[in-house]
Amino acid sequence: MSIFTIPSSEVLIQGILSGILMGFVYALIAAGLSLIFGLMEIVNFAHGEFLMLSMYTTFWAYALFALDPLLSVPLSAGVLFLLGWLTYRGIIRRILGGPMLAQIFATFGLGIFLRAAAQFLWTPDFRQVSKAWVQGPVRILGVSVGLPQAVASVACLAAFGMLYWFITRTETGFALEATAQDRQAAALMGINTERMFALGWGIGAACVGVAGAFLANFFYVFPHVGSLFALIAYVTVALGGFGSIPGSLVAGVIIGVIEVLGGLLIAPAFKYVAVFVLYLVVVLVRPQGLFGKF
Amino acid sequence: MLRVQNLQVKYGDFQVLWGVSLEVHEGEVVCLLGPNGAGKSTIINAVSGLVRPLAGCLEFCGERIDGLPTHEIVTRGISHVLERRRVFPYLTVEKNLLLGSYQVRARPHREGSLSRVFSLFPVLRQRRNQLAHSLSGGEQQMLAIGRGLMSRPKFLMIDEPFLGLAPLVVTEILKIITQIGAAGITVLFIEQNVQLALSVSHRGYVLESGRMVVSGSAKEVLESALVRKVYLGI
Ligand SMILES: Nc1ncnc2c1ncn2[C@@H]1O[C@H](COP(=O)(O)OP(=O)(O)OP(=O)(O)O)[C@@H](O)[C@H]1O
Ligand SMILES: [Mg+2]
Repeated sequence: MSIFTIPSSEVLIQGILSGILMGFVYALIAAGLSLIFGLMEIVNFAHGEFLMLSMYTTFWAYALFALDPLLSVPLSAGVLFLLGWLTYRGIIRRILGGPMLAQIFATFGLGIFLRAAAQFLWTPDFRQVSKAWVQGPVRILGVSVGLPQAVASVACLAAFGMLYWFITRTETGFALEATAQDRQAAALMGINTERMFALGWGIGAACVGVAGAFLANFFYVFPHVGSLFALIAYVTVALGGFGSIPGSLVAGVIIGVIEVLGGLLIAPAFKYVAVFVLYLVVVLVRPQGLFGKF
Repeated sequence: MLRVQNLQVKYGDFQVLWGVSLEVHEGEVVCLLGPNGAGKSTIINAVSGLVRPLAGCLEFCGERIDGLPTHEIVTRGISHVLERRRVFPYLTVEKNLLLGSYQVRARPHREGSLSRVFSLFPVLRQRRNQLAHSLSGGEQQMLAIGRGLMSRPKFLMIDEPFLGLAPLVVTEILKIITQIGAAGITVLFIEQNVQLALSVSHRGYVLESGRMVVSGSAKEVLESALVRKVYLGI
């Protein structure tokens, strides 16, 4: 008996399309992680929990105030921006000069705390937005995909574009880039590097704020929901190259497609195997990732 | 313009400056001399706020600046070109220069500052779209100085501008420092080669193991017993 199955070409096309769509969402989540890393060489191990909080923000806005997830996007982005900013000001700033382990455990611990707090406050129940504006299937290129997925995908791609524009075309974006490349030299240009770090954390978290609001449209919301997305985000960033924003986009799409193909060609239960095998190959062959500088 | 009084700095338990005083007056070109590890960089890093002093007083244009964050200190008209150039390696020459005029005060003059820097360093104009790390050492030093001028400073501090450069480039940068001084910008620069540095300076200071041992006009420093004996071997 073989575990490999041969899907029909229609199923294959549908799979690839939905993989690309999901890839844009992964790309935005990974871009947030990569932005923070590029700025200060700290991996935010609470990134998944940030995503979880943005999904809860969206869910509660829906459950309590009947706010559709689409309308929650600015709210969720704003809440997460604030959370990222405060995380920098309250925690990260204090451990910057500290040992590597302190830096890892600080965000790791924050993640555990947020997950436990969510479980305590909101129970481990799976929650769902039941009557969203966008639901049901839509036909794209002759194949059928979920409308919420398609909307999330296009919106995340747009948000990604805005992020890229901000970083490469605005004065503040240059200042962020300069701070990332040489903190002291940047300060000597008159750049308030403390503010840039806080801003980087705010924007990095706001990325998952946007992604999470759209994910809440078609994904269950529960305290551990962030773990899976975070894992994929780490792989995406490693594949795209730590600190490279364009790398996140390419890698996000590659991983979205590989994940679906893995599920189709091997078995749904093994879809992440394909993703992590790809990751291992990249780490062994090109440790700096596709677009990495190091 | 700049007055440093009784400056003391410690890195952890290791004290490097033991009460250093120094003054730079408007319109002067002053050099700070001394062997490796004497604490020269530490002095100007303290002036620009990159290093926090343990004790002492730093005044710029009559106002205390010690304790202020770096980005506020430079806004008062100080520019600091770091040791080993420290250009932004993965940005183009032009972006590096534009970042030099990031300060709100300098932004309206961007175009003018840029063409002034390009006329001072024509090679930067040719290289404007190249990534900074691909420049030669001399070109990077020119970029670092050019970037420092983009904010239209009153006072320019340069840390070892000749480090690792070919003699021809050294001559060129010496000439530029004289030009910058002649243009009315006060200059304080660090160098280890006593004769070279004093040839373009009005005054000089010699620092040894965290203490100022000689100071005076270029001529006085050159003729001091210690400099003659230790640095010139006469
Ligand atoms: N960040 C730091 N942490 C610990 N010690 C430092 C630090 N920076 C400098 N030092 C030490 O302080 C002393 C003075 O350093 P500084 O860089 O000011 O000397 P310098 O005169 O500029 O020397 P050079 O000519 O080599 O540049 C040196 O012994 C150096 O090792
Ligand atoms: Mg030095």
